[in-house]
Amino acid sequence: MSSNTETFIAKISSELGENGKMEIDQFQMINFSISKDQSHSFVQLLRDQFGFNFLTDLCASHYPNREGSEFEVVYHMHNWVENIRLRIHVGLSKENLEIPSLTDLFAAANWMERETFDFYGIQFLNHPNLKRILNMDEMDYHPLRKEYALEDETRDDKNNNFFGR
Amino acid sequence: MFGSVAPLSGKNNSKFMVKIGETPEGIEGQGFFATSLDKAIGLARANSLWPLPFATSCCGIEFMATMGANYDLARFGSERLAFTPRQTDLLMVMGTISKKMAPVLKQVYDQMAEPKWVLSVGACACTGGIFDTYSVLQGIDRVIPVDVYVPGCPPRPEQIIEGLMKIQELAKGESLRRRDSDEYKKMLESYNIETGR
Amino acid sequence: MSELIFNKNGQMVSRDTIDGDIATLNLGPTHPATHGIFQNVLKVDGERIIEAEQTVGYIHRAFEKLAERRPYNQITPITDRLNYCSSPINNFGWHMTVEKLAGIEVPKKVDYMRVIIMELARIADHLVCNSVIGVDTGALTGFTYMFQEREKIYDLYEEVCGARLTTNIGRIGGFERDFSPTFWAKLKKFVDEFPAKFNEFDQLLTRNRIFMDRVIGAGPISAERAISYGFAGPNLRAAGVDYDVRVMSPYSSYEDFQFDIPVGKDGDTFDRYMVRQEEIRQSLNIIKQAMEKMPTGDYHANVPDFYLPPKEEVYRSMESLIYHFKIIMGEMTIPKGEVYHAVEGGNGELGYYLVSDGGRTPYRLHFRRPCFIYYQAYPEMIKDSVLSDAILTMSSMNVIAGELDA
Repeated sequence: MSSNTETFIAKISSELGENGKMEIDQFQMINFSISKDQSHSFVQLLRDQFGFNFLTDLCASHYPNREGSEFEVVYHMHNWVENIRLRIHVGLSKENLEIPSLTDLFAAANWMERETFDFYGIQFLNHPNLKRILNMDEMDYHPLRKEYALEDETRDDKNNNFFGR
Repeated sequence: MFGSVAPLSGKNNSKFMVKIGETPEGIEGQGFFATSLDKAIGLARANSLWPLPFATSCCGIEFMATMGANYDLARFGSERLAFTPRQTDLLMVMGTISKKMAPVLKQVYDQMAEPKWVLSVGACACTGGIFDTYSVLQGIDRVIPVDVYVPGCPPRPEQIIEGLMKIQELAKGESLRRRDSDEYKKMLESYNIETGR
Repeated sequence: MSELIFNKNGQMVSRDTIDGDIATLNLGPTHPATHGIFQNVLKVDGERIIEAEQTVGYIHRAFEKLAERRPYNQITPITDRLNYCSSPINNFGWHMTVEKLAGIEVPKKVDYMRVIIMELARIADHLVCNSVIGVDTGALTGFTYMFQEREKIYDLYEEVCGARLTTNIGRIGGFERDFSPTFWAKLKKFVDEFPAKFNEFDQLLTRNRIFMDRVIGAGPISAERAISYGFAGPNLRAAGVDYDVRVMSPYSSYEDFQFDIPVGKDGDTFDRYMVRQEEIRQSLNIIKQAMEKMPTGDYHANVPDFYLPPKEEVYRSMESLIYHFKIIMGEMTIPKGEVYHAVEGGNGELGYYLVSDGGRTPYRLHFRRPCFIYYQAYPEMIKDSVLSDAILTMSSMNVIAGELDA
């Protein structure tokens, strides 16, 4: 680990305080777990004070067995000057899938949030145009949730004898 | 430089000769040739197919290679690619057709004038291929009738050319009355496509 | 074309602009100029675009859901179909992600072999993009020239893996077989002969007055906006930012090679074209270095859990048979954890975010698809330009529908 990263970790842990957890995994990636109330201000802090100028990726995942945080929004950010990558996890409960949008900070967040909404039904507050992007507008479920099947369930032409199922 | 082109005049130019379509069966005499109208028109249609490349994904890149200098689809009379459905007679569907795209494909087919043929290129267009998923149409024959299927993921340019040659055979042998037949109309109706020429 | 007059800001505009008649123009989903399936609903005032709205997702194939149902080695064919102009980069990116998670160290020789194939793929990718820019400006000649060269790259792929476009090249842990002598001979021939033909293509377009007038200033974007929009790869470098994953987070021994990162200034179509042209030369340079410095050693890592044993061993020894069975049935032991790995794809940072719960398939796999992220800047880039510039902007951004819609 480079000295830049160590300085950053020391600084950010004092900023972070009690608001979230920080953990460094075996791939030297810095992982944060933040509550959704803090997520927007934390990303803004990272962008403005710590030089994380690039929102690399934004996606979500679904953990049906985790009580209270069934969904998780994951941000990847990158500081190009110091070359530090980090990852932020924000847990969401299935009762309340609302999280502040990052579109005011990064223009790139727009479609990535729409994609996440399309796949998981996560509501991004203050998003300018939150509607489905990849699937048809008529679709009535969020297909990447674990309870839905991969295959189209309306198919009738598949004979299971031929497919070994 | 990019290879030299032999001049068309002079000796040894036999391999650069333009190939002339095979003469259909008929009665030949001095100064006249008689054959059935079907065969004469079939010959003309088969050697001047105007394709509409409906390229959506990976197979489209192989189609670009087919159009390129090495494979050169233009040799088969399909020189002119047109993207306007009303002026084409061969719909080449290349690549995955999702459920979102299916109505567009059907509309393009509707807009084409008879006689028209459909060539389905690649596993995705034929059956949905490896994408047995919620968003992909499992074969374009669920929305439009298909004449020739080309397998492969993606098929090599040689295979696409073979598919085109099969279409040429169909066009050559087609009776002029086929598109008026009840059977044909019934087939179109089964796809909910309006008939009437 | 209506009469040209000056408006109150002193700009020359067509009279239609003043009359304020706004027309709606539907570009796509199937349109000859869009090279793929994109729909843009444009509001045009005369020929000037004042607003654009995109619809994407016309070939959404559910890669991410599909990946949750497939064992790790069976995901490689899915990655082929992301950016199908440069499939090998996607394949190796995925292999490296799994190797990172499983802690597999590959021999130096594998790294160099991968670099050769990846740089060939980059050349092929950029050749498509640049020759298509030529087609859109009305110069079809370059396209026919460069597709002949692409066929040679396809021949090289075929020599390694047997496929042309969707390569499924390599395995987790290395390659399925060593490069054959025929491959080396063909590669040497390609490296020797390509520059002359490429220069000819270059001369056709680069300093061509008509081409330059057509592309300079078409669809520009500033560096700040490009970063905010998450641009990466040649499009970002054309805007003047020297970000390249190969240098920032080196993978596959890229730190061993000397190469330049070309950057542009204005982020317009001409800069994007020029950056790609120069990158092709740099890629060729990297291939030459890799050929010279090719280390000796094995062409795969010694990881029986992931790498298939040779077929004759499967018939002879019990242990190999067991490993063979396990790999084919997708029962590989993989640690729990989450990993992000990025490679420099044809269009920029291609990232793989993989979450494993120790099961036979990934728990979650997300692809960071550069096209998807930067294509959202398109309306901003074509605003206030004319329709023909919008077409050029799209082709020079190299938007690949398969990657965009996943």
